[in-house]
Amino acid sequence: MSLILLFTTALLIEKIILISVLFAITLGVAAYSTYGERKVAAFIQDRLGPNRAGPFGLLQPLADGVKFFTKEDFTPNAAERWLYILAPGAFMFVACMTSAVIPWGTQLTIFEKPVDLQVADLNIGILYIMGFVSLGVYGIMIGGWASNNKYSLYGAIRASSQMISYELAMGLSIIAVIMMTGTLSLKEIAAQQAGLNWNIWYQPLGFIIFLVCALAECNRAPFDLAECETELVGGYHTEYSSMKLGFYLFAEYINMFISCAVIATLYFGGYNFPGVDPGWLGGFMGPIVLFAKIIFFIFVFMWIRWTIPRFRYDQLMHLGWKSLIPLSILNMVLTGAGVLLFEN
Amino acid sequence: MTLYIFLTLAIVSVITALLMVFSRNPVHSVLFLILTFFAIAGQYVLLNAQFLAVVHIIVYAGAIMVLFLFVLMMLNLNSETEPQKSTMWKIMAAIAAGSLLLTLTGALRGSVQLATPVQSNPRVGLVENLGKVLFTDFVVPFEIAGILFLAAMVGAVLVGKKDLKL
Repeated sequence: MSLILLFTTALLIEKIILISVLFAITLGVAAYSTYGERKVAAFIQDRLGPNRAGPFGLLQPLADGVKFFTKEDFTPNAAERWLYILAPGAFMFVACMTSAVIPWGTQLTIFEKPVDLQVADLNIGILYIMGFVSLGVYGIMIGGWASNNKYSLYGAIRASSQMISYELAMGLSIIAVIMMTGTLSLKEIAAQQAGLNWNIWYQPLGFIIFLVCALAECNRAPFDLAECETELVGGYHTEYSSMKLGFYLFAEYINMFISCAVIATLYFGGYNFPGVDPGWLGGFMGPIVLFAKIIFFIFVFMWIRWTIPRFRYDQLMHLGWKSLIPLSILNMVLTGAGVLLFEN
Repeated sequence: MTLYIFLTLAIVSVITALLMVFSRNPVHSVLFLILTFFAIAGQYVLLNAQFLAVVHIIVYAGAIMVLFLFVLMMLNLNSETEPQKSTMWKIMAAIAAGSLLLTLTGALRGSVQLATPVQSNPRVGLVENLGKVLFTDFVVPFEIAGILFLAAMVGAVLVGKKDLKL
C-alpha cells in the first residue's frame, strides 16, 4: 500500500514539474512571439522593428509586460463588473489548458528514470483539444458583452459566429486524420509518423483546411474581423486596458503556439524527423525537433498576417460554409475510399 | 475519494441549476447553465465515460450554449423589456409543473428497481467499445437518429433560404 502511495506521489511530483515547465515555456514562447511578430512585420515591410530595449530589442517583451502592469486599470461605469473581470481570465485559462495532451517528445531519461513528455495521455486527446477550442469563444463573448459597448458587442458577435462556422470544418478535417490513423490519442498519432511517414503526404487537402480554420480560430489576420480596428475601434477588447487587455493579447499568442503544436503533431510528424531519433540527447531531441517545427509554423502564421489583407465579413462566411465545409466532406469521403482500398 | 468528488459535483450542479432558474438576467442564466454542464461532464468522467464527457462539453457547452448566448446578446433581453406575466399565470404554471413532477415521481416509484450497474470493465466508456456497441447492437436506432439529424439539417437550410418557392 505504502509502495503504491510512494509511486503515485512520485508520479504527481513528476507531473507537477512537467506542468510548471510547460507553463513557463508556453508563456515564454507567447512573450517572444510578440517580439517575433514585430520583427517579422518589420522584415516584410523593410523596416528594422524594435531594437532599443537590450541587444536587438530582445528585452522588448519585458518592457511591454511592465507597461501592461503599470497602466491604469479602467472599468467602464456601465460594465457588468464581475463578468468584465472574469472574461480575460477565462480566455487565458482556456488557452493554457490545451497544452496538456500534446506529446512533446517520447521519453526523457532523468536520473536513469524514464519521464513521459506528455502531461496526460488521454485516449481522446484530440477531442479534448477540440473541446477547449470550442470554449475559447466564451472569454471573448462575455468580455464583449460585459463591456456594455456597441463596438465590443459587435466584435464578440463576430468572433462567436466565426468560431462556430470554422469549428465545423476543423472537426471534419480532423475526422479524416482519425479515420486514417485509427486513434484519437495524440501520442499514438505522433508515434505512427516515424521517419518521414508524415500525415501531410496522405492529407494535403485536410492540412490546408485545418490551417485555414486554425487561422480563423486564433482570430489571426486575414480572419481578425473580431478586432478589426478600421471598423470596430478595438473589437471585443475596446474597453479593456492594462493587464486585462494584456491577458487577451497574450492568450491569443498562446492559442497560436498551441495551434502550431497541433498542426505539427497532426500533419508534420510531431517530434519525428528522418534520420533523427527522438531519443537522442537523453530524449531532448524530440522536443527540439517539435519546437523547430512549431517555430516554423508560427513564422508562417505571421507571414500570412503581414501579406494577406483582411476578408470582408460575408466573404469570411462564404469561405467557411460554402467552400471549406464541402471540401472537408469531400476530403472525408476520399480518405474513407483510400482507407478501404489500401487496407484490404 | 470518489464519493467526495461525486458529492462536490452533485452539489455544484444543483446549485448552478437553481441559480440558472432564479437569476434575473438571461445571460447570467446561460452562464450558470454552462457551469451545470461542466459539473455533469465531471460525473461522466467519474463513470469512466470520457468520450461522453468530452462530447458533452463540445456539443452542449461549446456549440449550443454559444448559440444561446449569441441570440440573447443580439436580443438584449432584460426584465424591463420582457413582458411581465400576471400572478394568475404564474400560479397556473406552478400547478402544471408540480403535477408533472408528481406524475414522474409516482411512475418512478412504481417501476422495477434496476440493479446497480457493476463497474466490472473500466474501459467500457472508451471510444472503441462505444463505437462497437453503436455499430452492432444499436445500429438501427443509431441510423434512425442520423436520418433525424439529416432531416433537421435539410429543414434548417429550407427555413434559412431567403425566398422560399414551394
